[in-house]
Amino acid sequence: MRRSLALGAALTALVLAGGLLSFVWTPHAVDGMAIADRLKPPSAAHWLGTDHFGRDILSMIMVGARTSIAVALVAVGIGMGLGVPLGLAAAAHKGGWLDEVISRGNDLIFAFPSLVIAILITAVFGAGAVNAIVAIGIFNVPVFARLTRGAALSLWEREFVLAARVAGKGRLRISAEHILPNVANLLIVQGTIQFSLGILAEAGLSYVGLGAQPPVPSWGRMLADAQTMVALAPHVALMPGLAIVLTVLGLNLLGDGLRDALDPRLRRRRP
Amino acid sequence: MTLLSVAALSVSIHDTPILKDVSLSVAPGQIVALTGESGSGKSMTALAVMRLLPEGAEAQGRIALAGADLMARTEAQMCAVRGNDIGMIFQEPMTALNPVMTIGDQVAETILVHGAMGRAQARDRARAVLARVGLPEDRFPLSLYPHQLSGGQRQRVVIAMAIALRPKLLIADEPTTALDVTTQAQILDLLKGLVAEEGMGLMMITHDLAVVAGMADQIVVMRHGAVVEQGPARAVLSAPAQAYTRALLEASGHRANLPEAAPQGALLQVRGVSRDYRTPRKRLFGPHGTVRAVKDVSFEIQKGERVGLVGESGCGKSTLTRALLGLEPVQAGQILLDGQPVYAHGHPNLAVRRKIQVVFQDPYGSFNPRHRVARLITEPFHLLESPPTGAARERAIAEALTAVGLQPDDAGKYIHAFSGGQRQRIAIARALIIRPELIVFDEAVSALDVRVRAQILDLMADLSRQYGLTYLFISHDLSVVRTITDRVMVMRAGEIVEAGPTEQVFDTPSHWYTKALIAAAPRLPEGIGGSDAARPAL
Amino acid sequence: MVRYALNRLISLAISLLIASVAIFLVVEVAPGDPASYMLGINAQPDTVAALRTELGLDVSKPERYLTWVSGMLGGDFGTSYTYRAPVAQMIADRLWVSLPLAIYALTLSTLIAFPAGLFAASRRGRAGDMAVMGATQLGVAIPNFWFAMMLVLVFSITLRWFGAGGFPGWDAGLGAGLKALTLPAVALALPQAAILARVMRSALIDILGEDFMRTARAKGLSRRQALWRHGVRNALIPVLTIIGLQFSFLLAGAIIIEQVFFLPGLGRLVFQSITQRDLIVVESVVMLLVFAVIVVNFAVDLAYAAADPRLRTRT
Repeated sequence: MRRSLALGAALTALVLAGGLLSFVWTPHAVDGMAIADRLKPPSAAHWLGTDHFGRDILSMIMVGARTSIAVALVAVGIGMGLGVPLGLAAAAHKGGWLDEVISRGNDLIFAFPSLVIAILITAVFGAGAVNAIVAIGIFNVPVFARLTRGAALSLWEREFVLAARVAGKGRLRISAEHILPNVANLLIVQGTIQFSLGILAEAGLSYVGLGAQPPVPSWGRMLADAQTMVALAPHVALMPGLAIVLTVLGLNLLGDGLRDALDPRLRRRRP
Repeated sequence: MTLLSVAALSVSIHDTPILKDVSLSVAPGQIVALTGESGSGKSMTALAVMRLLPEGAEAQGRIALAGADLMARTEAQMCAVRGNDIGMIFQEPMTALNPVMTIGDQVAETILVHGAMGRAQARDRARAVLARVGLPEDRFPLSLYPHQLSGGQRQRVVIAMAIALRPKLLIADEPTTALDVTTQAQILDLLKGLVAEEGMGLMMITHDLAVVAGMADQIVVMRHGAVVEQGPARAVLSAPAQAYTRALLEASGHRANLPEAAPQGALLQVRGVSRDYRTPRKRLFGPHGTVRAVKDVSFEIQKGERVGLVGESGCGKSTLTRALLGLEPVQAGQILLDGQPVYAHGHPNLAVRRKIQVVFQDPYGSFNPRHRVARLITEPFHLLESPPTGAARERAIAEALTAVGLQPDDAGKYIHAFSGGQRQRIAIARALIIRPELIVFDEAVSALDVRVRAQILDLMADLSRQYGLTYLFISHDLSVVRTITDRVMVMRAGEIVEAGPTEQVFDTPSHWYTKALIAAAPRLPEGIGGSDAARPAL
Repeated sequence: MVRYALNRLISLAISLLIASVAIFLVVEVAPGDPASYMLGINAQPDTVAALRTELGLDVSKPERYLTWVSGMLGGDFGTSYTYRAPVAQMIADRLWVSLPLAIYALTLSTLIAFPAGLFAASRRGRAGDMAVMGATQLGVAIPNFWFAMMLVLVFSITLRWFGAGGFPGWDAGLGAGLKALTLPAVALALPQAAILARVMRSALIDILGEDFMRTARAKGLSRRQALWRHGVRNALIPVLTIIGLQFSFLLAGAIIIEQVFFLPGLGRLVFQSITQRDLIVVESVVMLLVFAVIVVNFAVDLAYAAADPRLRTRT
C-alpha cells in the first residue's frame, strides 16, 4: 500500500526534522526554568503546554527526539554491523562449526529476556545513554544474524549462486556480490522495525531512570517526571507519549510500506 | 447422456480475460483430457467447474453436472457438491495434504463433512477406500501422517479423499507431473481402473501428450484460454485438424538432429566415486549418521561425446553432478578432467573448473535478478587468468548471445524481461562464453513447455555442429535423453546400473530397472509426432 | 517424542549454565565493592573486611560462582547485602505479585489476539480486516508504561473504577487482588495482543494459500470450516513461538509496569536493589527471570511437537 509508505515516511521525516531543527532552533529554551509558567495547558505561546518547571513541552520533545533517534540508530547500527556479517558467515559455512557457534549463540541471546538484561547492564555499568545503546544493540545482533542467515541459506540453494560457484567464485565474494544485495531489502525493512523497537526500549529505560541522564532531555524521562502530575496536568504525560506513538507508528508504517514496495515479486509460479 | 457439460464458459480476473468461450463435455465412464501449454487455461477451467476460482475472478457461461446448473448454486450448495458429486486431485502431492492431520482423518473428513455416515462407518469407509487406492491398512495404518509417506503414496491418499464418496465426476489436475515415471504409471493405472469400475467421468488435465495418448477417450486442446480443437483422442492425435495441435504433437515427439559424434580421447574420468551425506545427529552429542548418495560410480566421457544420465528423483544424479562440478568433495574415488582432479586439497581446482560449465533446470532461479544480462553471462570470466576487457569483452558477449539465438543488444536488459525459454538460452550463453571442454545440462529442459523444449534441443544440436560440444545431459525424461545423446547411463539408488550407446540401451535394455523405466514411460503411438516418424518415438 | 524432549532438556540445561556464568560475570565486573558501599565512605577497613567475610566476598571468584549456583539449586539464593534477609524469601514474596500479573496479561493478550487475528484473516482485505490491522498498528506503537499512565488517568482518576496503584495483598481476597492487577495487566496485554494478532493473521493468511487448504475446499468444506479445521492448527506453530517470546517481554514489561502502579513485585525489588547496590539480589532475580524464560521456551518446544507430528518422528 503506497498510502502507508507515504504516511510512514511523512511521520518519520517530521520526527527527524524536529530533532535536527532543535540543534539550531527551538520555540523556547529548554534549560531555563519559568516556575510562573508551570503546568500550563497548550496555548498559542506553548503549543503543547509547559511542564512542572515551566519548560515548553514542544521544545523538550524536539530535543528529546535527538536522544531517541541517536540511541535507536546506533543500536540498529550495532545490530546490523555485527549481525549481518555473522549471519552471512553462518550461511556460507552452513553446517560447519562456525554456523553452529553463531546459531547457538543467537538462540542463547534470544532466550534472555532482553529488557531484563538491559536493566542488568545499565544497573551494573551505570545508567546512561551509552550503556542503553549497548544494551539495546546487543539484542539487535541476533535479530539481524538470524534474519540474514535464514534468507541467505535459501539463496545459497538458488541456482544463480550455484552458477557463481561453478564460475569459481569464493564464499566471501558470493556473499558480497550475490547474497547481500538480495537480502538488503529484508534488512532495510527489519532495520526500520528494530529502529522503532529501539525507540520504545530507550523510552522504557529512561522512564525507569536507566537511560539518558539529566540534563539530556528524553521522552522516557519526561514521562517519568509527568507521572505524579497526571491528575493535575494530563497534557504533560500525554504529549511525550504521543510523540513516541507517532514516531514508532511512522517507522512501522514505513517498514510495512517498504516491504511492499521493495518486494519485486520475481518469484513467479512455474508452469 | 452427458455428465458434465460446460458451455460458452468465460472467466476474467480483474477484467483480464483468462478463459474465452470454452465448451466441453464429459460422459460417465469417459476420460476427457484437457491439454495445452502453461497459461493455456486448463487448470482454470477445472477450478471454474469446482467454482473455486481465485478471488476477483468472474465466470460467465453454463456449467451443468448431470443436468443441474452449477453456476446458479449458492456457495453453501456448492460445498455440498464438492467432494460429494465432484472429486478433485491436484498436482503437488507433497503439499496437498494437511501435515498435522492423519491420513485416516483426512479421508474420513470428506465423508463426515457431507454427513454421509457416522464416525465409525466413515472410518471403515476410509479404510476401505485407502485399501482400494493401494494403501492397505496392515502396511499403511490410518494413523500415519503425510510426511511418513512418499510422493506417490500421498497422491494415493489425495485420490482416496477424492473418491471416498464415489463422486460422479473426478477432476485430476496434472496428477502425475510431480511424480517419477514408474510411480506415474501406477497412478495412471489406478485412475483408469477407477473410471472403469466405478463408472466415474474423469476430466484430466495434463501437458503431456504421451499421457493423453495412453489415457484419454476425448481430447480438448487449449491455448490462450480458448479451445483450439477437440474430439475423440485417437482421431485428434492421428489427424489433427489445427496447426497448433500439429505443432504440439510435433514438439512432443521432437527429435533433434544431432551430428555424428566424433570421440577423441578421454575428457572426464570418474573412478570409484562415492559421496556421503551426514544426517542429523540422533542425540545431542551423538555421532552423525551418514547416507551414501553415490556408491562407487565409475565412467568416462570422451571429448566430443554427448552422454545422458537418467534416473528417478533421489537416485543420486544431482549429488553426482555437484561432485563433477567440484562443488563438493567426494569421500572415495577420483574425478579427473583432462587428467587433473576437479577437487584437490580441500578446494575446488580452478584450473580445471574453467573447463566445465553448467546449465541448470530452473530458468527463473538461475540468475541474480539484480544484474544485467552482460554481467550475468560473463560471470565465468572470473575463472580466466586474463579475462577479456573492453571491446574484446563486448565481442565475446555479442558472440555468445548470437550463438544462442538472441540479439547482442539484449546484453543491457535485466533477466525479468525474458521468457523461460529465452532464459534457458541465456543460461547456455553463460555456459558457452568461456568455451568449456564439458557442459553439464542438469535437467536443463525439464521446466519448459514442449515447443520451447524442442527449440532448445535444436539449439543444442546446432551448437554441437558448430562448436563440437561435449556434454553430460542429466534428466528424468527418457524421451528427451534419447534424442539428444549418443550414450546413456541409468542410475538407481546411487549406482549406475546400465550404460551403453543410447539406441542400444533403449531398444534392448538389459537391466530390469532400465526395462521398468522404459516400460513405464508414457509414449505417443507410432506414427504420431516427431520430425522423423520412421524412427519409433519413445 | 521422548528423545525429542530429552534433547530439548539437555539444551535447556546448557542454556541455563551459560546464562548463569554470563550473569555472574557481568555482576562481578560491576564497579564498587558492596561491603564498602553498604558501610559508607568513612568505614574502617577492618569493619569492611569483616563484612566482606560475612557476605562471602573474600573467596575466589570460581568458588563464589559455585557457592551461588549450588545454593540456588538448593533453593538458597544467598543473603541480601542490605536487608540481611534471605533473598529466596524476598523473591518468593514478590513473585506472588509478578507471576500472577504476567499470567493474567498473557491470558488477556491471547484471548484478545486469537479472535482478532482469526477475524482479520477471514475478512482479508475488507473493512473488518482494515479496522483490526489499523488498531494493531497503533497497539504495537504504544509504549506500555505510557498506556498504563493513560489507563490510570481515565479509569482511576477520572472514572474512579480502579485504584491508581498499590496492591492489597492476596489476603484481601482474590477479587481485590485481581482488581488491583487488572489495569497493569491490560496495560501489559494490549500492546502484546496487537503483535500476536498480527502474527496470527499473517500465519493464517500464509496457510490460506497452502495447497492443502484448496484440497480441503475441494472436499466440500466451506471457507470457514477449512479455516477452523485445517488453518488454525497449522497457524498455531508460528503463533506458539511468539507466545513464548512474549512471556519474556511480559516479564520485562512487568518490571516497568510495576513502577507505574507501585506494585510490590520483582521489578520494584530489582530497582531498589540496584540503587542500593545489593547485587546479590539483582543477580538472583535476573537469573530467576532467565530461568523462567528458558523454561517457557522449553514448554513451547514441547507444544510444537504436540502441534506438529513432523517433529515427533524426527529426532
